[in-house]
Amino acid sequence: MRERIRKAGVIGMIIGYVVLSAATIAVLIPLVWMVASSFKTGDEIFSPPASAALARERDPESEGALERLGNDVKFPFLLLRDLIVPESPTFENYRRLFTDLPFGQFFLNSLFISTASTLLTLFFCSLGGYAHAKFAFKGKGPLFAIVLGSMMIPFHLLLVPLFSLMNSLNWFDTFRAIIVPFSASAFGIFLLRQYTRSVPDQLIDAARIDGCSEFGIYWRIILPLVKPALGTLTIFTFMASWNNFLWPLIVLHSDEKYTLPLGLANLVGVYSQEYGMLMAGTLLSTLPIIVLFLAMQRAFVSGITLGAVKE
Amino acid sequence: MAANPVIGGDITKRKATPYIFVAPFFVLFLTFVAWPLCHSIWLSMHDTIGLESRVFVGGQNFVDLAQDASFWQSCKNTLVFTLSSLFIQLPLSLILALVLNSKRLRGTLFFRFAFFSPVLVAGVFIAIIFGLIFNHEYGLLNHLIRMRWVMAPLEFLGVPALLESFGVSISSMDWLRDEKLVLSAIVITGVWRWTGFNMIYFLAGLQSVRQELYEAASIDGAGWWHSFVHVTVPGLRPIIVFVVVMTTIGSVQLFDLPYILLGGGGPNDAGLTVVMYLYRTGFQYMRLGYAATIGWALFALVFVLALIQMKSLSRTEE
Repeated sequence: MRERIRKAGVIGMIIGYVVLSAATIAVLIPLVWMVASSFKTGDEIFSPPASAALARERDPESEGALERLGNDVKFPFLLLRDLIVPESPTFENYRRLFTDLPFGQFFLNSLFISTASTLLTLFFCSLGGYAHAKFAFKGKGPLFAIVLGSMMIPFHLLLVPLFSLMNSLNWFDTFRAIIVPFSASAFGIFLLRQYTRSVPDQLIDAARIDGCSEFGIYWRIILPLVKPALGTLTIFTFMASWNNFLWPLIVLHSDEKYTLPLGLANLVGVYSQEYGMLMAGTLLSTLPIIVLFLAMQRAFVSGITLGAVKE
Repeated sequence: MAANPVIGGDITKRKATPYIFVAPFFVLFLTFVAWPLCHSIWLSMHDTIGLESRVFVGGQNFVDLAQDASFWQSCKNTLVFTLSSLFIQLPLSLILALVLNSKRLRGTLFFRFAFFSPVLVAGVFIAIIFGLIFNHEYGLLNHLIRMRWVMAPLEFLGVPALLESFGVSISSMDWLRDEKLVLSAIVITGVWRWTGFNMIYFLAGLQSVRQELYEAASIDGAGWWHSFVHVTVPGLRPIIVFVVVMTTIGSVQLFDLPYILLGGGGPNDAGLTVVMYLYRTGFQYMRLGYAATIGWALFALVFVLALIQMKSLSRTEE
C-alpha cells in the first residue's frame, strides 16, 4: 500500500514537471524569439530558415520545400535552432533605433512622464490615506465612499469627455495631459489608508506634544512607516504609466513628445519590414520594468493579491 | 482611532488639516472624473462633428446605436474574447497554480517568475512580438505547426479536417488577415499574456486554504479528486469570484492587442472590439457624442456581466 502511494507520488511529480516545463516553453519562446530577432537583419527575419534551404538543396525540384520539410523527422531541432539563433548577430537594429528614430527622446519622455506620475500619486495618496486613517472629520464617511465608488468607473467611459476637457484646457500635446488627470488614484488612497491604520496613534500624539507641525507628522512619522505600501503603489503606478498606450495615442500628436509604446507602435505602420528594430525597441523598453520588478518583487506580489486574499 | 483633540495647540488649524490632506485627491477627482462623467451624459445626447458643432438629439444616439451593425459586431467579438479568456485562461491558470502549490516540486520560484514574465511586457510590445509570430509566411507559429511532431498529433485529432470544413487550410494559416482566424489570434495572445498573472492569484488563494482541512479529508479517506472538490474549490471561491470579475472587466476593455496586431478592426471588422469602435468613432471620425454613447454602452456591458457573475457565483455557495 505504502509502496503504491510512493509510486503514485513519483508519477505525479513527473507529470507536474512535464506540465510546468511545457508551459514554461510556451511562455518563454515568444520572449526568446523577440530577443533573438533583435539581433537579426530584416532579411534574415523575412527569409525561410536555413534548414529549409538545406531541404531545397537536397530536393531541388520541390516548390513547397518548407511544407515537405515538416515531414522529415530529422529537421525539427535544426529548424527550431535556425528560427531562433541569429545567423550573424548584429547590433545594427540597436544602432538604428537611435540614428533613424528618436528612441532616446521617446525613452526620456516615458521616463519623465512615469516618474512624475508616480511621485505625484505617492504624495497625494499617502496624504489622503493618512487623513482617512487617522483623523475624524465631518463628511469622512461619504468622502471615503466616493473613493471606493470611483474605483468602479471604467476608464474608457471617461475617454471622450476627458478629450473634450483637454481641448478646453488647451492641454493637447502636453505631458501634463498625461500626468495630471491620473495622479490621484482611488486604489492608492484605499491602499495607503489600510496601511496607515496600522501606525500606532501614540506615535502621532507624541509627535504632536513635541510640537511637530501637522505636515511634519506626515512627513517624518507617517511616510517612513508606510514605505512597504508606497513600494507597492510605486511599481503599479510606474508600470501602468510606462505601458499606457490609448490615452497618449489620443492626446499626443507630435513625434518629439511620443512615449515608447507610441513611438514604436508608429513604426509598425510606417516600415512594416522593420521588425528587427521593433524587437530591439521592445527589449530596451521592457528592461526598466524588469529592473523595477526585480528590485521590488515582494511589494508587487503582496500588492496584486491584496484585494483578493483579505476577504 | 481619532487623535485626542485636547493634546497640542491650535484646534481650528487641526480641524482644517484632514481637509487639506484629502483636498488634492478630491480636486483632481472632481475635475478629471466627476465633471467628465456628467459631461459625458450631456455629450451622449448630442450629435457632434469635430469639437465645435453640436446639435441636441436627445436619445437618438442610443436608438442609432441599437441599430448599428458595427457596434453589435464589436460587442460580439468582445464577448467571444471575454468568454474565451474565462474558459481557456482561468482553467490553465488554476492547473498551473495547483501544480506549483505542490510541496514536492523544486524550483517553483523559477517557474513562477517565468509564467509571470509576460505581465511585465506592455500590451503594445506583446502585440508587436505576436505580429511577427503570427506572420503568414515567416512566423514562428506556422513553422511550428508544419513540423511533423506537431502536425501528426493534430492530424490524429482531426484538427486539419475540422479547420478545412471552416475553409481554413492548416498548412498556411493567415492568422492576421483571414477573418475566420483573427479572433483566435487575439485569444491566443491574451491567454499567453494573462495566464501567469491569474495564476498568482490562485496560488495566493491556495496558500490560504487551511491545511487541517486537507489532513481531515485524507484521514476520512478522501482521494485527490474528492479533496479538490470539497476542500480546494470551496476554499478558493472568493478568489475565483475575484479573478472571474477582474478578468471580465479587463477583457471587455480590450484595445492595445487587436489595434496593433490587426492595424485596426481587421478584415471585415472581424477583430473589432467595443473600445476600438469607441476610439474609431470618437477620435478618428471625431463623432464625440456618439462615442460617448458607446462609452455608456460599454459601461452597461461591464456592469451587467459583473453583476451576473457575482450573483451566480455566490449563489452556488449556499
